[in-house]
Amino acid sequence: MSVKAVLARKLGMTQLFGADGRVEPVTVLRAGPCSVVQVKTRTRDGYDAVQLGFDTVDPRRLTRSRLGHCKAAGVGPVRHLVEIRDPEPDPVGTEVRVAVFSAGDLVDVTGRSKGKGFSGQHKRHHFGRGPVTHGSHNIKQPGSVGSVDAARTLRGLRMAGHLGDSRVTVRRLRVVSVDPDRNLLLVRGAIPGARTGMVVVRQSTARVRKPRGHH
Amino acid sequence: MNVIDLLERDQLKADVPELRPGDTVRVHVRVVEGTRERIQVFEGVTIGVGGGGSRRTFTVRRITHGVGVERTFLLHSPRIATVEVVRHGEVRRAKLYYLRTKVGKRARLRERRETTVRGAGAGTPIAPGSVTAEGTPEA
Repeated sequence: MSVKAVLARKLGMTQLFGADGRVEPVTVLRAGPCSVVQVKTRTRDGYDAVQLGFDTVDPRRLTRSRLGHCKAAGVGPVRHLVEIRDPEPDPVGTEVRVAVFSAGDLVDVTGRSKGKGFSGQHKRHHFGRGPVTHGSHNIKQPGSVGSVDAARTLRGLRMAGHLGDSRVTVRRLRVVSVDPDRNLLLVRGAIPGARTGMVVVRQSTARVRKPRGHH
Repeated sequence: MNVIDLLERDQLKADVPELRPGDTVRVHVRVVEGTRERIQVFEGVTIGVGGGGSRRTFTVRRITHGVGVERTFLLHSPRIATVEVVRHGEVRRAKLYYLRTKVGKRARLRERRETTVRGAGAGTPIAPGSVTAEGTPEA
């Protein structure tokens, strides 16, 4: 497999003491084991990818078609299926474990952010507020939505609305440690979504920046 | 046991004292100066403890050169060499922020004398010359 990727479940965050005594914030993930359930090829599907399956589930919870899909691949019933673009896909049935990553790797993590419901423009777009005193009633108002000569509200104007519960990728996170025995992956920093959320961990596609001095 | 607790347990130091607010402590801090590492002692009153497990912290307040200085330490940090408890102060709240407004004699704490039993009946002093010996009606 040329592309390193694994599906994982977010377990939560904690902090670890580094060698120099500094505290490092880490997110703990239960990563894999995943299996390749389907291979997409350029000739048949127009692109190369592997479909990874993760997390064994009670077969009664899956539809018959999904069960058959898993059965055809020779893997057990899985809860999640995610496609990963991969120019050199591994054959169906290949197991993908945390061990594809090692400490120091940079990864991109994709998850589903926590839903915040219908939020005002302050929380959603970081608007400032109006004056609080002197009889002002403009504390949390959105402000102007356009000029008179436009005679309409421009598209894409930032307003209150649904916030969160969207697909979010955090890039360039460093792998702090890998525990192949317990299928654990420790990544520096925060990861979108709540605990128990499913996330995709991929080798980072961000350009490697030149090291700036030493830290 | 959940995985995060297990990870945090690996970070714990075995030889840390059980700190309580009001305790006067001497904290031996490892300080890195260039290439050399030496130990600096910070002595003062613990005005609060927070966090649990490996994230446990305590805040120490002292007055130096007439200026109040507070430092918050991570109890299990490798940068803390040792923590000595010099004396236990008697206090009635968990955070002693009120000490910030007190100076001199008003900022003193009475020493905690009795051995108190924590948990059930906490705060009950184990009196010398016990109740059963003197207070029984048959005597």
